[in-house]
Formats: sequence, C-alpha cells, structure tokens
Amino acid sequence: MSSRDNILNKIKAAQPDPTELPSAPQNPIRYDDPVGKFSEMINLNGGVAELANNWQDIRVRLDTTFNEFSNRATTIPFLADWADFSLNVEDPHELELINVAVIEGAFGVAENGAIWVSEKHVSHRVLPFITQYLGIVIRRNEIVNTMHEAMERVNISESGWGCFIAGPSKTADIEQSLVIGAHGARGLSVYLLNDH
Amino acid sequence: MYKAETDHARASEAFNSDESYVNWHDETLWFVRQKRDKAAFQIPEWEVLRDTASRIKHYVLSHMHELLVEFEKKALANGVQVHWAADASEHNRIVGEIIQKHKVTRMVKSKSMLTEECHLNEYLTGLGIEVVDTDLGERIVQLREEPPSHIVLPAIHLKKKDIGDLFHKHLGTEAGATDPQYLTEAARQHLREKFVTRRVALTGVNFAVAETGGFMVCTNEGNADMGAHLADVHIACMGFEKLIPQAEHLGVFLRLLARSATGQPITTYSSYFQSPRPGQEMHIVIVDNGRSTQLGRPDFRNSLKCIRCGACMNTCPVYRRSGGHSYHNAVAGPIGSILAPNLDMTKNADLPFASTLCGSCSNVCPVKIDIHDQLYKWRQVLAKGGYVPATKTMGIKTMAAVLSQPRFYQWSGKLGRTVMRALPGVTNNSLNPWYKQREMPDPPKESFRDWYIRNRGGK
Ligand code: SF4
Repeated sequence: MSSRDNILNKIKAAQPDPTELPSAPQNPIRYDDPVGKFSEMINLNGGVAELANNWQDIRVRLDTTFNEFSNRATTIPFLADWADFSLNVEDPHELELINVAVIEGAFGVAENGAIWVSEKHVSHRVLPFITQYLGIVIRRNEIVNTMHEAMERVNISESGWGCFIAGPSKTADIEQSLVIGAHGARGLSVYLLNDH
Repeated sequence: MYKAETDHARASEAFNSDESYVNWHDETLWFVRQKRDKAAFQIPEWEVLRDTASRIKHYVLSHMHELLVEFEKKALANGVQVHWAADASEHNRIVGEIIQKHKVTRMVKSKSMLTEECHLNEYLTGLGIEVVDTDLGERIVQLREEPPSHIVLPAIHLKKKDIGDLFHKHLGTEAGATDPQYLTEAARQHLREKFVTRRVALTGVNFAVAETGGFMVCTNEGNADMGAHLADVHIACMGFEKLIPQAEHLGVFLRLLARSATGQPITTYSSYFQSPRPGQEMHIVIVDNGRSTQLGRPDFRNSLKCIRCGACMNTCPVYRRSGGHSYHNAVAGPIGSILAPNLDMTKNADLPFASTLCGSCSNVCPVKIDIHDQLYKWRQVLAKGGYVPATKTMGIKTMAAVLSQPRFYQWSGKLGRTVMRALPGVTNNSLNPWYKQREMPDPPKESFRDWYIRNRGGK
C-alpha cells in the first residue's frame, strides 16, 4: 500500500466522532472611523499612511519621498511615466535592481493594517518583496473592519497567489530589538486615495 | 528502566549557569506575553474567537480523512504536486529526490518546525546539498550549529554580543559590533545573495485550506516570499494537522496567530499560495510522523490543534527559566512536552515533568488546548509504562494520594511548611532537581487557607 493510503487509513481509524463546524463569530468589532484605524495600524506596523486626494497628489508625494531614487517601477498606468524601470522582464531575478515599486492594493483591513495584494496587482509575485521600498495605493472606500470581512473578499481562485501585506519587512531576532528592513521592503508607504 | 538520554532538569543546568542570561530570557519572554495580553484586549470578541478556533480545529480532527482527500484533489487541480510521507525519513527522502531531480546542490529554506522535527538539514547535507536557513533567527542558530530554542523566536537564548561575534566570524562584520540594525543589515546582504542565486526554496505551511487546495505562509521578514517567488521549484512541507476546512477560517486564525505570538495585530506578510507561477514547479509534502497515532489518543489528540504561536512558551515559568534547548525536542515548552512523548516515550519521558502545572499555558492558548491537563495525563501514562525514574514515580504517587484527599492535603501542607522551616535542606537538596540553581523561598508561616479562615471567620 502506498504511504498515502496507509496514512489516510490510519487517520480514518483514529479520528474522533464527527463534530459540527462552528459559525463565524457574531458581531465582530466595527470601527467608527475605519480609515483612521487602518492608518493607525499601518503606522504601528512600521509603515507610513498618508491621505491623498487624487492621483496627481500621489504623484507629487512620490516625487518628494523618492526623488533621489532611480530604478523606480510601477504597475499603475497613471504613474507609468514616473517609473524608469520596465517590469517587462522574463526573469524575476532582474527585479533585484528595483529601488522603489508602487502598486495598487485591492483593499485594507482596519483592525491590523493588512492590505490584500494579489497577482492581479503585480506583474511578478516577488515584486513587493524584492524592491527596496514599496508604495501601495488603496482607495479609502475599500477599508473593511476585520479579517472576517477581508476573507469574504478574497477569491484565491481568481489569481494563483495573493498576500496580506501589513508593513515593511521587519525582525526582532537580535535581542528582541525591532529592526525594519529584514529581507523584504525596507519601507512601506501607503497612499489612501479619495476616489471621488 | 529510565533511559532518557537527556533530562530536562539536568539539561537546563547549562542554561542556568549564567544568571544574567536567565533573567534576561525570563523578563523578555514575559514582556512578549504582556504584549500578547494587550493585543488580545483590543478585540472584544477575543474569547469567542479562541472558542471558535478550537471548535474549527476539532471539526478538522474529526474530519481529517475527508478534508485531506479534498485538499489533495484541489491542490492537484491547481497544478501542485502532492506527496505523502509516513515518517521523517520518507519526508527527507521525498525532498531530497525533488532537489536531486533538478540537479541542484544549493537551496534556501524558510522557517519550518516540521523540517527541524525531521532533521532535514542534516539529511540534505549528507546528500551534498547546502541548505541556507533564511529566517534571521534560524540563520543565527544554523551558523552556531545548534537548533532553534523557540518556535517563533529561534535565537531568543542569545544576546547581541553572541550574535556580533558570530557574524564577525562568518559574515565579516566589524569585531565587537553589536548594533542590531547593523547586524541585521549584514544578514540582509548576505541572504539576498542566496535568494537571487538559489533555484529551490522550501517553506513551511501555517494553514492549508481544504476548500481551495491553497496554503498560507506567515512571516515578518518576507523570507518565505523572497525564496519561493524567485525559485524554480517551491517545496512546502506540512504536518497533516495544518489543515483548515475553508478559506473564511483563515480570518479566524489570522486574527489569533500573531496577536498570540508576539502581540502584533498580524504578521507583516500572510502569503496565500494557490498554484505555481508560470514555469514554476510547486510541491506539497504532507507528513504523518506519529500524528495519526496522536490523533488516536483521546487524551492527547487536542495537541494537534496547535498553530505554533509560541504563547504557551512565553508564559511558562519553567520554559522562561530553563531555555528551549533543555527540552531536547524540535518543539520546546509546554506544547513540545505533550508532542514529544508521542514521538518517543523513552527519550522524552522527562518532558511532561518540566512543568508546574500552573495552567498559564492553557489560559493563553489561542486554540484552547488543555495543555496542562495533558501534561498531567502524560505523567500518569509514562509512570504506568515504566518510563519514569523511581524518584519521580514516588512524587506522583504521593501527589495523587495527597490531592485525592482534601483533609490530608491541609495536614500535609502544614507539615511541609514545618519541615521546610526547620530543615530547608530536605527540599533544597540535590535529590530534587527543581531546586538546582534556585533559592527556595522562605515558606509562609500559614497557608492561604489558614489565613483565609482566620480573616474571614471560616465563612
Ligand atoms: S499549544 Fe497553543 S499556545 Fe502553545 S504554541 Fe500551540 S497554539 Fe500556541
């Protein structure tokens, strides 16, 4: 018998009597000001959240924050001429040179500052990690309260991969001292777009 | 009869030899525990969440067979190759074969306690394959040639000076440099080079979703994603208990995991893999290695609900003052002490005794595992099976006799206090390993019960 069948048979013999699946927690926390809470959590996680009134506003902020950087990449059409690095590469290893990447996120989660980024928003899965600095644009009316609402919106079958990103890469593995910039992006800027 | 190679109390002597380390370790982990409390208090429905998570996991235990079959079917349909390993050696062989098929001799690996449990690194090294652990803490202990001492904070037993010396030797940092920012930057540069040159990446799995065939990997550093998205081959290894029924349940578990682990509202990256990227090969290795046996033990099967948050370690007074290595098992602390005897009762008979049974672990566990009850039950199983040295068996028998008779308990407590005041050496002696490197506190003159009766007039 294969290991597969062996393991499955052993499990079948060992598993306890079936129990019911519980329903999701009723009335999870809701925030009066989800955008404010979301920004607070992004900042707590080591990122910087800024309100932006329109795309032009984002452009101005990007120019101020990243004006010294070359190798800028973006997947956002409006910012195409701001970028000087083409993402049109076959091999993702070439992205190692990127200093700053700006992408769109689908929605944010107020309770923890997580932003859902999927394959729809990036041309290469590694982009948000390999770039030295990351910018994410997210619409203010796309902030949900908790992870329960978040998971209602995630349909992983639409894209082969996705990730909740809640801040810059960090570690505290040396004497529990927090250091920002472990292996992924050294900084996260989140632009909360007022889309009206 | 007692054949344990290492005894927890004896093994903790090494850690206890430098008191400044022990105190720092103790206080730091307690601080992490307090951060967990603060994070939990932000969520009014926290207790409901714990209860829900525990019941979801119970559903998983009771439908494991069906859920695994469903998961496999979905994963295969997503273009992922699924492998099954009955034990550690089969797991290692499968991983080794995948790597050799691609004629690769170097690979990166992100955190996976399962591969620690299976001693994968040693096996692959034997095949001539170089494995680089990419989690900073894991890289540190790998360079030191020792196992992680904590499932979430692998290098928590070390101070920055130790790491400075280590990096000076291996990464060429300045002698005497101890600034965490500087040392982390050096590791970042060192590991970036590995990420961009290795073609195989191995990751662990935090949650595998039966409904979608996808799996989630959570990190703060981004090392799992850096490795997996750059590699031609991604191998994800999981114990079969990592399964959850539906994607919506990720909402429940992600709310609990990081808050319980470090007090963060969520890990920086929660990466949900469903299918390989074009041109990539993705493998999932599903491992039993004793888990089906544990599933069949009614008293201990709840231990398979564990989501490896580490909260039970951070809160444990014994773990905090003895260090992870004294548990001589891949998973240390209270949860390790109920998983380890299932793997090997002879080698791990000492571990269920490395506890005061204070219950703090069960109180913080996000999936409400009855950890301290299981520790108590293991003691009885091990004693009955003759795995326990006579000194400990005596202790259990006396304890059981004392606890089963409330009157006797009051009397024996009074007697105990009298004996300790008169003859401290009776408890504080070399026959009682618990009091090595520990000062016995002065015993109180009256017990809490006596005090209560005196002050409340027996009402
Ligand atoms: S037993 Fe509970 S508290 Fe301990 S690591 Fe597992 S989930 Fe966390």
